[in-house]
Amino acid sequence: MGLRRFGRLVKWVGGNGRRPFSTSSSSSCDEMMVQQIASGKSLNLYSAINQALHIALETDPRAYVFGEDVSFGGVFRCTTGLADRFGKQRVFNTPLCEQGIVGFGIGLAAMGNRAVAEIQFADYIFPAFDQIVNEAAKFRYRSGNQFNCGGLTIRSPYGAVGHGGHYHSQSPEAFFCHAPGIKVVIPRSPRQAKGLLLSCIRDPNPVVFFEPKWLYRLSVEEVPEHDYMLPLSEAEEFILENWNCGTQIIREGNDITLVGWGAQLSIMEHACKDAEKEGISCELIDLQTLLPWDKDTVEASVRKTGRLLISHEAPVTGGFGAEISASIVERCFLRLEAPVARVCGLDTPFPLVFEPFYMPNKNKILDAIKSTVNY
Amino acid sequence: MALSRLASSSSSGSNLLKPLTSALSFTPSLRRPISSAADDSTTLTIETSVPFTSHRCDVPSRTVETTPNELMTFFRDMALMRRMEIAADSLYKAKLIRGFCHLYDGQEAVAIGMEAAITKKDCIITAYRDHCTFLGRGGTLLQIFSELMGRQGGCSKGKGGSMHFYKKDAGFYGGHGIVGAQVPLGCGLAFGQKYSKDETVTFALYGDGAANQGQLFEALNISALWDLPAILVCENNHYGMGTAEWRAAKSPSYYKRGDYVPGLKVDGMDVFAVKQACKFAKEHALKNGPIILEMDTYRYHGHSMSDPGSTYRTRDEISGVRQERDPIERIRKLIFAHDLATEKELKDIEKELRKEVDEAIAKAKESPMPEPSELFTNIYVKGCGAESFGADRKEVRTVLP
Ligand SMILES: Cc1ncc(C[n+]2csc(CCOP(=O)(O)OP(=O)(O)O)c2C)c(N)n1
Ligand SMILES: [Mg+2]
Repeated sequence: MGLRRFGRLVKWVGGNGRRPFSTSSSSSCDEMMVQQIASGKSLNLYSAINQALHIALETDPRAYVFGEDVSFGGVFRCTTGLADRFGKQRVFNTPLCEQGIVGFGIGLAAMGNRAVAEIQFADYIFPAFDQIVNEAAKFRYRSGNQFNCGGLTIRSPYGAVGHGGHYHSQSPEAFFCHAPGIKVVIPRSPRQAKGLLLSCIRDPNPVVFFEPKWLYRLSVEEVPEHDYMLPLSEAEEFILENWNCGTQIIREGNDITLVGWGAQLSIMEHACKDAEKEGISCELIDLQTLLPWDKDTVEASVRKTGRLLISHEAPVTGGFGAEISASIVERCFLRLEAPVARVCGLDTPFPLVFEPFYMPNKNKILDAIKSTVNY
Repeated sequence: MALSRLASSSSSGSNLLKPLTSALSFTPSLRRPISSAADDSTTLTIETSVPFTSHRCDVPSRTVETTPNELMTFFRDMALMRRMEIAADSLYKAKLIRGFCHLYDGQEAVAIGMEAAITKKDCIITAYRDHCTFLGRGGTLLQIFSELMGRQGGCSKGKGGSMHFYKKDAGFYGGHGIVGAQVPLGCGLAFGQKYSKDETVTFALYGDGAANQGQLFEALNISALWDLPAILVCENNHYGMGTAEWRAAKSPSYYKRGDYVPGLKVDGMDVFAVKQACKFAKEHALKNGPIILEMDTYRYHGHSMSDPGSTYRTRDEISGVRQERDPIERIRKLIFAHDLATEKELKDIEKELRKEVDEAIAKAKESPMPEPSELFTNIYVKGCGAESFGADRKEVRTVLP
């Protein structure tokens, strides 16, 4: 019974992902009710990912999980218990060789398997960059669809943690958004992480899945225990009334559209709340899938609000915000009432001692909201 | 020979060595036993702990010569490193050190033995476990603790942190965060040295985990092809994070993994074996090109501060190494065996070192944090200007000083 109800939720979230902006209050209530019935345990982000991996291995005997130290649970405990449960043949440690890990995963996937590779930190994905960009992304195209590595999913923790320094903090998503043929997905919270990761693993295209490591323990919400998938390439709009308990109330904002992904969403959400106190109504969109991204949802929102702010941790120059900005200006030029604002990381290497200056924090976003609205 | 090297290394301004010299020559209580048993210039003959094993090259002799002075210096230098790393551990736990921090205790003999065999014109490049290598190259405790705590007085102006120590004037090309990446760089340094024809070599250090990275083999081939004076030093502490060597390497005989490149397996817990091997390797590399030195060593701490270091190995294993192979205890025993100092005298030295470390920490804490404008410096050379956007969307242009 609860399951069937939950099925509705899945369908609701996944089925017609493009919701009207004027979500009526009754449907919000409906969603809340469904969620309360369907909600499972309170989980943090790494446990939600762990659950997704359990389900992926459980539901597909040809799924494999591998990477540096994953059979011991990995640095962030995301793979805890998998080796015990599914055996060393399916969950295994690799040597320290990122290029090898990804190349191996491509081959494994090309043989019709689901290869879930972990790169320990997104900062260490670069030795594998060639395999991802030149092999994984182009395999289907250049073989005229004879071959593909659609079963490949690369998971990797990205982003700041407060004091990670140069090589444990970077957000390299934009590099991968320049490689047609792969998908790039970033979840913002445990519930999204589980549903999106399952979609990525089962998606017939190679996917790079970046996990906001700052939130592994910090972000806790009710996560359905069930096997569910969230759609890729469909942005989700929401304003979280209560982030911590995970109650999502989708509500429209009228004055400005904010677009972000991953850990940045919670920062933006706080800025939205502060802006609201000053009478500015913000619409917040979690892009979730960066490649290929949901232009329609963002466009529709900007057509309504007339203003756009994008925020990400990666340096502003050449960041994915630039792509969003350009596309929206192309589509909504005459509707825009202010230049598109980008509140991003600074154009510096990720710093060790200056992290607070580098980060696109709440106050920077709030200031940008105000100056965009008052333009 | 050993003496002249020692003299040259202490006169080359190594801060690491200076205090000992003074301790030895000015502290009467220390001088007495030494002069009573043996003169500073007496030659002592010592056997290395185990024979070397070689791959495609001769085996250096197990018999090495040393002096009372050198023995005492080794003791002091290694004990200082040990003390420094223990202090860094406490600072990290007190949250005075942020970021990632990897400690070297257990592996001291590699840094010290290598330094004793080479000069500061030779280059060293290593990964992130770099505190002691930097100290060995003549860096000061003050620079180290300042850098660890992100202060202006640090060797990288507080901008690098634990993993990024450098010392240009002593040929220390530092501290690298990406596992394996420093090895091809090291071969590039060696290429430069070959051109300058000044009979210097590069020691490129990497771990047993890094030994599985592909770029290592690319670098080896290049070095062998062009006979570069590159010495690849695999610090085999038997674990790459939580992964034991045998889980990650089909052949954990790292000294043989260069195939066509010669190699030596060395007891990395025996400072004399390390010194002998590095001396041998330098001569070899100058004549014939690259060689691999596999240093069999052990790290007592976990991989980094977030790793207790006891989930993937047993406590018995750790205490066994401490009891049987500890590099400092080995020297302590040799000092007693040759009657060079009493137990109390060595304890006093250790007390002195502890004080030295504490004083450096206190001083480092006084060093100011870097100026915020430093965020924008050293990205490009002077004058390029760094652009950024203020919260008001107005462009902020920072002109570099
Ligand atoms: C390319 C890359 N992959 C992964 C890491 C994460 N990492 C840091 S140290 C390490 C283990 C390295 O072990 P080893 O080479 O044996 O050196 P040790 O730490 O034992 O000195 C790993 C996996 C990294 N820094 N760079
Ligand atoms: Mg190791």
